[in-house]
Amino acid sequence: MEDALIRRIAIAIVAAAVLGLLGFSLLAWRPAIAPIERPSRANFPAEAIAKGEILAAAGHCAACHSRQGGQPFAGGYALRTPFGTIYSTNITPDPETGIGRWSLEAFARAMHEGVSLDGSHLFAAFPYDHYTKLSDDDVKALYAYFMTQPPVRATAPANTIPFPLNVRALQEGWKILFFRSGRYRTDPSKSAEWNRGAYLAEGLSDCGGCHTPRNLLGAEKASDAYAGAVIEDWIAPALTEANPSPVPWTQDELFSYLRTGVGSLHGATTGPMTPVIRGGLSTVPDADNRALAVYFADIDHASARESAVEAAMSRALATSHLGSGREYDPDARLYAAACIACHYNSGPAPLPARPELALNSALTLPEPTNFIQVVLKGVGNTEGGPGLVMPGYASALTDADIARLAAYLRRTRTDRPPWTDVEKKVVAIRQSPATSQ
Amino acid sequence: MTKLDLNGRIVSVRSPDDSPLLWAIRDEIGLTGTKFGCGIGLCGACTVHVDGRATRSCITPVGAVAGAKVTTIEGLDPEGRHPLQIAWIELQVPQCGYCQSGQIMQAATLLRDYPNPTDQDINAVMAGSLCRCMTYVRIRKAIKLAATRMRGGTAGGGSVRGETGHG
Repeated sequence: MEDALIRRIAIAIVAAAVLGLLGFSLLAWRPAIAPIERPSRANFPAEAIAKGEILAAAGHCAACHSRQGGQPFAGGYALRTPFGTIYSTNITPDPETGIGRWSLEAFARAMHEGVSLDGSHLFAAFPYDHYTKLSDDDVKALYAYFMTQPPVRATAPANTIPFPLNVRALQEGWKILFFRSGRYRTDPSKSAEWNRGAYLAEGLSDCGGCHTPRNLLGAEKASDAYAGAVIEDWIAPALTEANPSPVPWTQDELFSYLRTGVGSLHGATTGPMTPVIRGGLSTVPDADNRALAVYFADIDHASARESAVEAAMSRALATSHLGSGREYDPDARLYAAACIACHYNSGPAPLPARPELALNSALTLPEPTNFIQVVLKGVGNTEGGPGLVMPGYASALTDADIARLAAYLRRTRTDRPPWTDVEKKVVAIRQSPATSQ
Repeated sequence: MTKLDLNGRIVSVRSPDDSPLLWAIRDEIGLTGTKFGCGIGLCGACTVHVDGRATRSCITPVGAVAGAKVTTIEGLDPEGRHPLQIAWIELQVPQCGYCQSGQIMQAATLLRDYPNPTDQDINAVMAGSLCRCMTYVRIRKAIKLAATRMRGGTAGGGSVRGETGHG
């Protein structure tokens, strides 16, 4: 009797599991969309292509969809995630290896719903959870732009996501938990400019993709929006009031930074932010960067803190000469030999070409990550602001030297507590793979 | 193969992207006015301009300056008569001379940023340019003389020129 009961229960469990799996598969199932012949340029109005080009820059699509030294949009960029490496795909209109056979319907479904041409779910490394906010018109313009780019034959390497996470259907579970499909909804209590900024930031420009911390399943924590996060061995600083820079990110600073790559009261763009700006936001109309600046200056409540700017600037500049006098502190001597020639500022305001370290974001962050990255790797001609180059000190300074510089600057240029274990962190960052672009 | 604008001329450099700019300038292109000092960016002898700004060429990789405008001491002025060079000769600044091209290139950036430099400005911006002959006193004097002339002052002859072709 007991055996029969156990068997019945077992059957019931298996049946429930099978039914559940079936149900889930049904939920997860999406139809393939029929491939089309690659549309010719004549199918797309010139205005749509031009608009799409600006949108693609605002969305810095090339940042992920190109690899260093590769053709634009031909994919192959290695995105290192906690789950494995995901290689970006080819979004040129090559019929075999790109999106040449994708209809507008298929392209729009990928953007708005995260589903590929064949009906399989895309990984959320492709931020469809943000692109779902894009207007149909903007998706159409992006489609027009990408379909008229030179086709490149290129297949991305296979992802290294392990089983079972690599099962595409399981992404349905992620979507049920974290994805809400829907276009951007205007906030009527805010200005049109603010709404444009929010539309870009939350949609196409996907600022939260790097600047919002993620949960264990890789979804952005909505309650912690723009609170700052670690990404590819860099810190994407907080875009909220929690940002520890001595001077708040005001509208003007944000605009200058997004437009040129340099905010003279914060520093120059480096690391994974570089392609967002160089070739990205630096090329879009000023109005869009202005709108982003309005949006984020509202989020970080800069206007309430604007009165502190002058005082912070003069405090910073008062320390700028430290190290250049007759000082016998060996750390100061090292700073004088290696850094001060370029970083010194005379008053009353720092020059954009002389990044003022006492105001620089990297020095006030809770961890020395970005400071170490920049000292080791320097800033090349295609990073930072135009015409600004910093040599990399990876082969010039020892781990201990870099740790001393970090400690010295933290001690003399900020009012923050000392960083800990800096030398170990230098070692770790030396060993991390270069940011792949 | 990296292309860059060296002293107003487009040159292609065969050195690998990660080799120091200084090696390309001296060994490959053959301009030897820029000197090798410490090789770790701590003495200033190798200073050149990248897009008009003083940069230590011994630790700047060639790849980092692709497409940029690089100026060496040979290109600071087409006739070698930059106000700093004139002042340098007039005041007989060099002793052995090894560090001097780096000193002049660094001083040119100083005067571009601070046309009327204070002693503190000079101390800070020139701090990374070492001189074992201790010509510092004359360097300071020459910088001030050149600065006066470049601001349109009256301290004597010499035509005043800017860096050529570099904005």
